[in-house]
Amino acid sequence: METLRTLPGDDVRQILWRYADRFDLQMAVQSARSIARSVVARLVADGVRNTHEWTERKAELLKAFDESGLTSIYMDPAQGGFIEGPKNLALALVAMELAWVDGGAATSALASCLGLAPIHEKGTDEQRAHYLPLCTPPQPGEDRVCRRAAFALTEPLPYVGVDTGILGGKMRVQSWDDGAEPLLKVEKRGRFITNMDFADIVTAAVESDDPRIKGSCMIILEKDDPGTFDRGAPTLKMVHQLSSTRDPVMSLTVPASRIIGGYDVVDGVIVPRFSHGEIIASVFHRTRIPVGLMTSAKLLSAIEPIIRYHRQRFRGGSVGEPGSRRHELGLQMNEDALQRLVDVWATGEAGCSLGLAAARLADRFDPIEREKDRQFAAQGIKGRKQLAALKDSQERALEYVRLKYAPAGQADPARLAELEADTLAQFVYMDALAGVLNPATKLWNTGVGATMMREAVSLVGGYGITEDCPGFLCHKWMDAQLEATYEGPEAVQRRHLTLTMTNPVFLELVRQWSAELRRSQAGGAAALAGALDLWLWTLDFLQNGADRDGKKLYHGKRQGVTFPLADALGWLLAARSLMQDVAVLAAEAPASPVLAEAAPGLTAFYADMACVQAARAAGEAARVCAELVYGYGCGQAQDGPGGPCIVFTGSEEFARLRQGVDQGLHGTRLAKDRAAEALTAVMIPEALDYPL
Amino acid sequence: MSYHIVVCGSIVPDPLQTLEPVAGPGGPALKNEMMLPAVLDPWAAHALFEAANLAKNVPGSKVWLVSVGPKAKLQQVMMHVAQKVPFELVVMDGPAGGFVEAADTAAALAKAVEGITGLDKGKLLLFGGWSSASRGTGATLQILGELLGVTEQFQGVDELRPADDGSFEVKERIEGGGYLRSRCAGAPAVLGWATGNLPEPPNNPQVGMQNMRLIMPALQKAQPAAVGAAGVAYKAVELPGTRRQTRIVKDTPVDDIAREIVEWIKG
Repeated sequence: METLRTLPGDDVRQILWRYADRFDLQMAVQSARSIARSVVARLVADGVRNTHEWTERKAELLKAFDESGLTSIYMDPAQGGFIEGPKNLALALVAMELAWVDGGAATSALASCLGLAPIHEKGTDEQRAHYLPLCTPPQPGEDRVCRRAAFALTEPLPYVGVDTGILGGKMRVQSWDDGAEPLLKVEKRGRFITNMDFADIVTAAVESDDPRIKGSCMIILEKDDPGTFDRGAPTLKMVHQLSSTRDPVMSLTVPASRIIGGYDVVDGVIVPRFSHGEIIASVFHRTRIPVGLMTSAKLLSAIEPIIRYHRQRFRGGSVGEPGSRRHELGLQMNEDALQRLVDVWATGEAGCSLGLAAARLADRFDPIEREKDRQFAAQGIKGRKQLAALKDSQERALEYVRLKYAPAGQADPARLAELEADTLAQFVYMDALAGVLNPATKLWNTGVGATMMREAVSLVGGYGITEDCPGFLCHKWMDAQLEATYEGPEAVQRRHLTLTMTNPVFLELVRQWSAELRRSQAGGAAALAGALDLWLWTLDFLQNGADRDGKKLYHGKRQGVTFPLADALGWLLAARSLMQDVAVLAAEAPASPVLAEAAPGLTAFYADMACVQAARAAGEAARVCAELVYGYGCGQAQDGPGGPCIVFTGSEEFARLRQGVDQGLHGTRLAKDRAAEALTAVMIPEALDYPL
Repeated sequence: MSYHIVVCGSIVPDPLQTLEPVAGPGGPALKNEMMLPAVLDPWAAHALFEAANLAKNVPGSKVWLVSVGPKAKLQQVMMHVAQKVPFELVVMDGPAGGFVEAADTAAALAKAVEGITGLDKGKLLLFGGWSSASRGTGATLQILGELLGVTEQFQGVDELRPADDGSFEVKERIEGGGYLRSRCAGAPAVLGWATGNLPEPPNNPQVGMQNMRLIMPALQKAQPAAVGAAGVAYKAVELPGTRRQTRIVKDTPVDDIAREIVEWIKG
């Protein structure tokens, strides 16, 4: 039987993740990989992680990033970069490649971009033109030093502060001469600030402590500004030690022109054009995606070392001569080792599919968002009027979603094209989708990913928790825990989702996805479609229902209701994304000259893996929904055939939908058997391509 | 005096991959060869980096990389190689495995070199690997030189020092770890590189973007190359037997490792 021949290479990934036609991205991937599997891997293997301090060895990373172009990947070509247009997918792919070996190295690379992101997203033209080229490595013939940036948001509140609504950073007017730029005194104490050992520029969130300044803002601080620029003590973190993290103390005097996005003077008061919240929303909207993908990359990176360990487990012992089944397969003789590895692999694939779908969407969304802003500015539409204008566009966005997912031949192509050219309708549609995909990537990939990393470690036995475990699995397991807190811990992502997942445009998308899956013949599609329907029904039930005390069930304060529903959605989104990617692979792999011969086995394996993930996701979602519906539902004690029982009234439809999910699991375990069996025959390289 | 440097080299499977000969429809082949990650043949890579360095130091010089290989795999490899040094790619679409005759490959390469627009044969330095990682016959470059009428040939080159008058000095490896130093009056010449002296250059994505703008069209219009092993019957194809007795000992001093290897060789 045709099966998986080799571990998936770039040709497979480029189709799955849709960058086969982007050689700029392929080059970025190659650059990041060459650094990850040489400089980064050597640092980890040499135990350089075993200190909190930033050392000369760790600084080799920065040199490597500069030389390989990774430092300038965030910049446009005019600023010294090499990728035109939006760079969300590029950053996501680079983060994955680095995190394949070490998450701290990936964080180091991303943190520079994060430090500049407020300037990039909301800075004035002058701020962008000045700071972005400054942070690009010098080109041949240039005599300057590459500046580096850090992003200072979190405050030294008790424990690590992450609530963006509570700021300790303050600014006051220090002097304001007539006709001159006001000088501001900025006090900022940061906590857990990445890049602080070497940052020359800090973009800091501060709020007014002066009646002559309104609200909050982000402001650019430089290390040579007058005052104190104390890099602070190193954070004593036990993970991601290849990134520099300190708790700085800054008390600096800077001109008001450093306020990111600029300011206006209204009635003698400095009014920043963007609050710190607006800037953070714009920045985090996208930067959460690569962090989620870092954890998924860890899972994928674990596959090869685990297979190698399983196959070679008994070699060299007194049993299992070469050629024997024990010698060739080792632990892979056992179903458990194989099937658990399928779970690890499928989770990693699903996380990547979800995160990279979010990254691709962000790339499409960026120009739409800018065009929307431009149109509103041209028409003088501001503030609440913008919300009203977008509300008016919602019907068109809903129509677009229905047309986009209509069965073949049933959509009006002319109307579809018209709506695709409608900036506001597209904005509403993409905003609804990104509003869910981005936090879901961050929540599901890191949360479930960290749990599955534990499974990966356990699959290597005691070796898994040693420092010299191939693939650095132990480090990755611990690192994953930190990734779940980056850019807002899990509770923040769940809060975000509970607001965005009830958007009517998103809910219409879920209905359309369910219908699309029901039309699909793919294994597990019926279970996933059923679970999406069940989730929709449960949401509706909770939004309109009350508990026994008459209190509303779906409510912002009722996180026991809303958060589990957000978790369930994460499972479903990830599984659907993987199914989408596998469908693309099935369609395109046969046409690839590299994959053509192996396409049947490759696509069959991936289809089985998607089926496994769909079954798992449907099961998780159905469990959560059942707990919520029955758990909060009103039941009555009755005598049943086996004695007294609780009969839940009004649940017939839920029970019917739940039964549909269960029946949709038909054949999914057979798919798992096939996928597991394929792991016994897949060809792996002779050795890992990075050191122990 | 400037040079027109043509580097000949193709791809080989990544050396970490498991290679297993299998019988294919067109003769012997490597199992799953098309799916295995590939790299630029290390011998050719040395030649390319030396060529780029020479071109950088001799104003007016230009580098072409001429390759016979499956264009889909070449495209993947170029994503890495193109970021290293500036060059222009010339492609003939054909197999790159070890089971092709050197004469066929040389003939295809000769055709490709002859077709390069703007190539001045009077300035031609034909670079390549002294050997190759796929099948080390060491014959392809010599035959290619003959086909192109280039009779000044140097093999096992580790160093080339150009002089202002267009002549150059070449350091070739000879038996016993020694070197032969020769002076050549000037181009055209064939130089089969050993490992050279240059490390792999760091990636430079700007160079990569510049290269890829020419590489992608070159790959798209690559002509099929009729190379193979027609008329050759393989009685058996097998990998050299390997015997592994691996010990993993961390932090062993380099001197101790070297001493142990010497003892093993002597023993």
